[in-house]
Parts: sequence; C-alpha cells; structure tokens
Amino acid sequence: MGKRVGIENSIAAADAVRMANVDLVAAYPITPQTHIVEHLAELVADGELDAEFVPVESEHSAMSVCCGSSAMGARTFTCTSSQGLALMNEIVFIAASLRLPIVMILANRSLSGPLSIWNDHTDVMSVRDCGWIQVFADNGQELFDHVLFAYRVAEDPKVSLPVMINIDGFIVTHVIEAVEYWEEEQVRKYLPEFKPVNRLHPDKPITMGAFGMPGIFSEAKKSQDQALLDSKPHIVKAWDEMAKVVGRGYSSVETYKMEGAETAFLTMGSFSETASIAIDRLREQGKPVGQIKLRLWRPFPFDEIREAVKGVKSLIVIDRAISYGGPGGPVSSEIRSALYGEKNMPSVAGFLCGFAGRDVTADDFVKMHGKTEDLVKAAKPVRQEDYIFYGVRE
Amino acid sequence: MPKSEFDLGWKDIEPGCTVSEPGNAAQYRTGDWRSIRPVWDHTKCIKCGVCYIFCPDAAVHKNNEGYFDADLYYCKGCGICAQECITGCIKMVEEAE
Repeated sequence: MGKRVGIENSIAAADAVRMANVDLVAAYPITPQTHIVEHLAELVADGELDAEFVPVESEHSAMSVCCGSSAMGARTFTCTSSQGLALMNEIVFIAASLRLPIVMILANRSLSGPLSIWNDHTDVMSVRDCGWIQVFADNGQELFDHVLFAYRVAEDPKVSLPVMINIDGFIVTHVIEAVEYWEEEQVRKYLPEFKPVNRLHPDKPITMGAFGMPGIFSEAKKSQDQALLDSKPHIVKAWDEMAKVVGRGYSSVETYKMEGAETAFLTMGSFSETASIAIDRLREQGKPVGQIKLRLWRPFPFDEIREAVKGVKSLIVIDRAISYGGPGGPVSSEIRSALYGEKNMPSVAGFLCGFAGRDVTADDFVKMHGKTEDLVKAAKPVRQEDYIFYGVRE
Repeated sequence: MPKSEFDLGWKDIEPGCTVSEPGNAAQYRTGDWRSIRPVWDHTKCIKCGVCYIFCPDAAVHKNNEGYFDADLYYCKGCGICAQECITGCIKMVEEAE
C-alpha cells in the first residue's frame, strides 16, 4: 500500500504527473490550475522529473507544443482552466482528430463574463464535442489516480486519444486532503512504456494533419467518432486493472444508496460528495432517495445510465453550465436524450446551480429534492425548458 | 499508387487520418479543376521560360525542342503563364473547344 499523505490536491496531481514520468510539459499559468504547473516546473528545475518544461506565451501555444511533442512520441502533459481552454480551443479539437494521446487536467472554472476565477463547469461544456475522452474526478485521491489512468487509456494502442481530467477548481484543487500515493512498483505495473501508434520520425516519414477534401472528410470523422466509441471497453478495463493494482477501482457511472430509490440525484464532480450527505439525511427521514454519479462524460455511458435509473420515477439532474436559450443545461439535456423512448422513463428535473463558486450545501440539495417532489405532485410533465435556476435571488 | 479518396471507406482511414505513403500528393489530379488550358504559339515563343518560372503548380515543362508544355494532369488552368508571357504567345482556350 502506498504512503498516505496530507497534501494540497494540486501538488499531489503534479506528483502523479511526475510518477507517470512524462517527457514534456507545456503550460501557461491560469487560476485555479496554477499550483499544478508551478509544482511541475519546480520538479523539472530540481531534477526530480527528467522532462522538458516549455513555458509558452499562451494556451494556444501550450496545446500546439503538446501536439508536436505527442506526435514525436513523447509522453505529454498540460493543464488549464476556463479562458485558457477557450484560447487553446482550436488545437484541442486538432489533438483529438490527430489521435494524439495527450493528457490534460482541466481545473474547472467559469467562463467570462462577468469575469470570474471560481468554479463551475461552463469551461468543459464549451468543448463537449471536441473528441477527447472526458472524465470527472471528485476529490484529490481520484485526481491522483486518474492521472495515471489517463496515460494508460490515452496511450493504449487500441485507443490513442487525448484524455481530459476534470476537477473542480479551488473546491478540490486548493484543498488539503489525505491522498494515498502509489508506489513506484505499482506505477510500473499499471502504466506500460509509451509506444505511439503514429510517430513523426525520419526512418518512416508520415504526414499528420493533412488537408481533407469533401470526398474524404466524412469518412475521417466517422473513423474518429468510432475510435472514441470503441475506447469505452479499454477505459473500463483500465479502471478494473487499477482496482487490482492499488485496490481502488472506478466506473463510468457510480451509484450511492440506489436500493429501492424512487428519486435520484444525478451529479458530476465534487458536488457528488455534498449530495451524498443530503441523501443520508433524506434516507433518515424515510425518503427513498439515491444518487447516480456520472464519471465518464465522453464517450457517454448510455447503457450504464439506463441501467442505473431502472425503478427511478424522478431524476434530479444538476447542471453547472448553461445552454442559453436552450434546454437549460447540457447534462440534463443529454440524460433526457439517453432515456428517450425507454420504458418507464423517469421524469427529469433539471437544476442549474453552483455557478462561479457559489456554495451549494447539503441543505440546498434537500431543498431541490423538495422542489422536485412539488413538481411531481403537480402531475404535469416536466419538460426540457422547465429547468430551475436554483438559488437565484428575485 | 494510393486509392482515390472516393474509393476509401471510413475503415480504410488510418488513425489520425495520417498519410503513411510520403509524396503521394503527386497522384492528385488537380488537372480536373481546369476549365481553360494554355496553348503555346511556337512562332511567337522565344523559349525564355517565364511560363515555367511562374507556374504555381510546377506543371510547365520544357520539351525536347526547347519549347514549353503544360502537364495537363496537374495544370489547373489558372492562366498565370499566359498573363506573364513576354511575347503573348500563350492563349488560354476553353476546354470545351
């Protein structure tokens, strides 16, 4: 068993990147990602990590350098937040289309404006369709574990896709928690050497990023979409393998107190832990409430979601991003789509909350449950556009 | 010789849409784009090679007699050779003619 240390989660994440023995880090500092890359810069400067640290002048360059590095066959890491992600946007899409196994931690932060440095999921939802594997970690331990998981999945020759690890900015990144470090031996066992599927090398010249005429573009996109869909069993295998190596496994969709649950919260990220406290309270009051945590956002776990909601009459979906003038939030919208046409489909109540670091407490989750009960009692169908902007002052 | 893009199904696409055969862009028939083509009048041509130098697709070649021809596999019919020709010996004619 690895050593358990009390440490800031960002520092632990940087240590996990060190243990993955990356070859190159290219990053530009942005709150609340800063501590992760600052610590990596220190590790490289102190000779504890034998890697190139490229202090780029923008996030657009950060992701561009990462693409070049990964194309050369180097294990590559970057990290950003919010406006940084927005600035690197075009290259984020290119990394996926080139099938480059880059790993990025996204310390989730609100997109401007108004200008904010605090946490919500508006940044990640802006790149929902970028083609990366996207996972959510709830706490420091999950973040540490998922750095090593991400490299294993990304570099799996049957996958060869970039992986984005989402972690709530400040709420998780700047908090000191007990994190169990992996032993070097466990890392060696879990994470094989990187052998790229494609590599720029003079011995075998290839072209990456060629022009795609209308006659080939659709086929290229179908091939990319299928690669992301086909990554799913390899993702599941990597979690199962982690359980064997370090005794902690994960799943695409995880549940809490779902036995006999008629109402269920569906959460992503650190809000999951707060919602669990509310569920304990509601269960004490005899309410049949459970929780579904969505860990894997892309590729979307359709079967697991359908299985998890069986027997549920009312689903409360928490969204931390807004689809302006549309269906409320991207998560509730996708959950409805995934369940559309299913027998005994639960009603889906969409709640928007927790923007730019606004606290959402266990009491708030209890209140959301109450509001949902009222909706159900009103016996009117809850439609897509009936989402509730929770906690907003009139 | 690589397959034409229209003969490739999605399963034929290499991961990342990479091109693993170097230089195969030379197989691409850009001559398909052409609607007009250059014709040289050898009575006016002074064999200066300005057409050869200006052709943006390197589609103009010198023949055995020292005159210049367009390789119609690549020539897109842009007309730059005719525009730049010092003696005005190159005429662009409709493909339909």
